[in-house]
Parts: sequence; C-alpha cells; structure tokens
Amino acid sequence: MKLRELQAIYVMWARQMKRFVRAKSRVIGNIVQPVFFLAFLGMGLNKVVALPGSENLTYLDFLAPGIISMSIMFSSAFAGISIIWDRRFGFLQEVLVAPVSRLSIVIGRALGGGTVALIQGFIILIISILLGVKVKAILPAIPFMILSALVAVGFGIMIATFTKDFQGFQLIMNLLLFPMILLSSAFFPIDTMPCWLKVLSEINPLTYAVDGLRGSLMGYNHFPLHVDFLIVLGVCMGVMFLSSYLFNRSEI
Amino acid sequence: MKAIETHNLTKTFNGVIIAVDRVNLSVEEGEIFGFLGPNGAGKTTTVKLLTTLLRPTSGTAKICGYDVVRQRSKVREKIGVVFQEPALDTELTGRENLDFHARMYGLSRKEREERIEYVLNLVDLVDRADDLVRSYSGGMKRRLEIARSFMHSPKVLFLDEPTLGLDARARFTVWNYIKRLNKEEGITIFLTTHYMEEADKLSDRVAIINNGKILVIDEPEELKNRIGKDVISITCSHPEKLREIVERTDLNVVRTTNNLLVVSVNHGEEKIPMIVEVANENGIRIESISLHKPNLDDVFLHYTGRKLGG
Ligand SMILES: Nc1ncnc2c1ncn2[C@@H]1O[C@H](COP(=O)(O)OP(=O)(O)O)[C@@H](O)[C@H]1O
Ligand SMILES: [Mg+2]
Repeated sequence: MKLRELQAIYVMWARQMKRFVRAKSRVIGNIVQPVFFLAFLGMGLNKVVALPGSENLTYLDFLAPGIISMSIMFSSAFAGISIIWDRRFGFLQEVLVAPVSRLSIVIGRALGGGTVALIQGFIILIISILLGVKVKAILPAIPFMILSALVAVGFGIMIATFTKDFQGFQLIMNLLLFPMILLSSAFFPIDTMPCWLKVLSEINPLTYAVDGLRGSLMGYNHFPLHVDFLIVLGVCMGVMFLSSYLFNRSEI
Repeated sequence: MKAIETHNLTKTFNGVIIAVDRVNLSVEEGEIFGFLGPNGAGKTTTVKLLTTLLRPTSGTAKICGYDVVRQRSKVREKIGVVFQEPALDTELTGRENLDFHARMYGLSRKEREERIEYVLNLVDLVDRADDLVRSYSGGMKRRLEIARSFMHSPKVLFLDEPTLGLDARARFTVWNYIKRLNKEEGITIFLTTHYMEEADKLSDRVAIINNGKILVIDEPEELKNRIGKDVISITCSHPEKLREIVERTDLNVVRTTNNLLVVSVNHGEEKIPMIVEVANENGIRIESISLHKPNLDDVFLHYTGRKLGG
C-alpha cells in the first residue's frame, strides 16, 4: 500500500479521535447509559435468573460481556452512520475528492470509530469489575472487541450509503440493529431460547461476537471459541469490503 | 494539452431532470474560465462531474488529459475544489482542517508545515488558525476553504460560487485571491457564479449556461460587443444641430427627442470627448452625458429572453 494511503488512514483516524476528545458530554452519555443497564438490570435480575450449566456464574457476570458488546457495537455503528452527518455538512466532499482509495477512507473511519468504541468498552469493563463481575482474563477478549467494533462500523457505513436522511437512519437503527443486539445472546443465553429464536440467533453474526467475548472474558460460551473467532473475522472482512464497495459506488 | 475538455457531457437525475445537457467546452491551461448562469442552471452538477463526485450519464470529460470516470484518481491528484456549500469540519480548528487536507494529499511533514503557514498568511488567517472553525464568520470560512483548495498545488482549481453570501468587502478580497492564484501560481481556474459582475471582472472567457445547456462561450468583451454597441445619451440645448454634426462622423444616431440625443457606438468612452469638443465648437451647451455599456446581464437577456437574477 502506498504511503499516502497510510497517511490518509491515519488522518481519518486522528480526526475521529480529536472529535471524541472534544465531545465530552456525548462520551459521558455513551458510558453512563450501558452502566445503568449493567447495574440495574444485572443487579435486579441477579437472583431471578439462574444460568444453565454454571453454578458459580451470576446473571451479572453473564450480562457484563453482553453490555460491553452492546456498547461497542452501538457506538461503532453510530460512527459509521455518522458519515450521513459528514455528507449533510459537506465535509464528505472534501474527503471524496482527495486522491485516496475508498477502501482507505473506510478503513480510516472504521479504525477511528472502533478506537472510540474500544475506549468506551474498556471503561465499562473496568466499571463491571468494580461492580463485582468476576473476570477471568482480559487479553484474549481484545481481538473480539476489536472485531466487533469493525463489523459494526462497516455495517453503519453500509447503512449510510443507503439512507440519505436521519429518519431512514433512525428506522434502521430501531428495526435492524436493536433486534440484532437483543438476539445476540447479550441479555439471555442461547440454550434457554425457544427453537425459532435459537435459529435467528445462530444466523445473527453478532451472536458470535458476543459469545466470543463472553467466552474469553468469563469462560462461559455456547460455541467453541475458535468458531466464534473465525466467523467474526470472516464477517468483518466481508463487511469491510462490501461497505467500501458500496461507498465507492454511491454518489454524493 | 487542455486543462479541461468535455464532449457532450450530460447528467440526468432520476431519468427526468436533465441537469447538464450535452456540454462541450475546452479550457486552456492558465485560463480563468467563468461559468455563468442562474440558480438551477446546472453549474454545481457540472463541477461535481468534473471533480469525479458524480458520474456522467453520457458524454466524456477530461482534466489535464485524464478521463473523469476511468482515471479518477489521476484526476483527483490534479484538482483542487471549493464547493458551493462549506466543506469544513467545524469541530476542528482552521489549522487542523488544513493539516487534514495536507495529509490526505500525501504532503511530507516539511511541505505541510511550509504550505500551511504560506496559505494561512495569504488569506490572513494566521491569528485565528487555532480557533475552532465553528467560531468563524462566513467570510473566514470561505477564505480557509480557498487556502485549503490550493495547498497541494493543483493544476486546475474549481470554485463553485466562491462569493455566494459574502458581503461586498469579503467578496472583493476573494476576487483578489483568485486573481493572485491565477497570476502567481499559474493555476487554471474554473469559476462558477451567478453574479454577472464577477464573471466579467475575473474571467478570461465566460460560458453562459441555462437549463443545463451552454448558450455561448467567449471573452466577456466579445460577448458584450456581439449583442450591440455602447449607448451614449446626451442632453443638450440643440440636439438636432448636434445630430447633423455627429452624423458626419462614424457615429450612428439612434434618435433625438426634445433635448435628448441617443447615439450607438463602439468604445463609447473614447467618443465622448469628441462629442463634447464638436458641441463646444458649434456653441451647443451640453447638460449631461451618460454612457451605458452592455453588460453580461444584457448578454444573458439577449440569449434567453429573461434576466439573470430573475
Ligand atoms: N442530486 C440531485 N437530484 C435531483 N436533482 C438534482 C440533484 N442535484 C441537482 N439537481 C437538479 O439539477 C438542476 C441543476 O442543479 P445545480 O447543478 O445545482 O444548479 P446550479 O448550481 O447552477 O444552481 C436543478 O434543477 C436541480 O434541482
Ligand atoms: Mg450551484
């Protein structure tokens, strides 16, 4: 890859980071909301829900990786979709007339959005530990966090190439992303789902991201970890190429 | 090689709106080419076609010999653009916007530092360079965008209504930058505008566009000459007598009424002293003289039957 492409990826990333640091109130909101979920839902249902096949894991332990995934994915998807804002405010034109490949632009955007999402994810992870979640290992979870961030940004970019306005974006967020996260086993295990829900969960790529993260963080997983990893990696590469293809094809 | 060359360039939206209709034009290197037309004429669409943001429905266009569809990245290396709507990141500072641009165009660290200082100086934004663009006035944003557009030393610069919404002073400043860029850096400039005066003052040649079609392309003076001569109106004590004298020269009298004599002529400003002189010699007292030179508004009116602004 040419040096210029790397520089473009870097500067796309750096721009997102600067905006992140400057938008303090939004950042706090992005962290506080999932923490509320974790604290209230987790603590509230802790005694109600019994996990199949595990005695020493509480519902809070189960929920924490789900909430971390959810926050990473929402935040990343949003970073991808926010290309709509760049289009609306004209900045996208500046990016698109530059002699830089569309793939680099998509990668830069994905890394920028992904980094922001990961920082938020880690903060929530630390808060979970403070809330008493018994984390087994952090290091093996990192690839899953990175991959789920990239998948979600790419997904967001794909949405942004289809919808030109904010209403369309709201609709897709509520009708597609939210159900996908609900069915990703972020909130409840796959084992206890009714049969038809199980099928939906198993074809949902986010399930493997959440399961992989939970497996590596807590040692509690439905699929073998390497299966999770390979599926998420494949989906990530597919989404990256598809989104840069769509992005390349779309006109201003 | 031509800086810009199009052949039957056409863009339709949704199969019905023909925004750009078989446009043929060719712009020489080093030229300031004015693209004059009312709102909705197809100026912005043409700019987006030439800058690779839109794909032509049919026809072709080349920038510095590179095709805007098949050699898009080559074209992108050659051009700079100031879009009609601001295309700045308002959450970044002016300097950060420039730095973003410099890196996207692959400038080295040394080049970046030099060019950023140079362009900031040129557009007088050194003092405000480290403020968020959000706090800039419309004129400052425009200046920053112009600065940014030629940082990477493009061969061809596209300016889409660069003075839209600016007050008279800011507009004048922008005009000066445009002239300097063209003279000092030798950049070819493609300038769209719906201000007759702007096209007239800045352009070497002007294309008049209406409903996506180019009506005429020529030097501003030629365009004005084409549609008619200057008109001199003289109020004086003996218009009939003055008429007789004047008709012996090459001046063409249009009419006399009461104490008014109307003369149609080329280079009116050069004929006025002569008229005054002969009037004095013959004891005719001149009360007032006015000269109306046809402007591009008249040219537009001539070709379309309607006013440019309306
Ligand atoms: N994206 C688009 N979709 C549909 N119609 C468009 C689009 N962009 C421009 N048009 C139409 O094309 C015509 C030319 O527009 P434009 O190039 O913006 O004109 P100008 O810049 O001269 O004001 C107008 O009728 C406008 O409504
Ligand atoms: Mg326009």
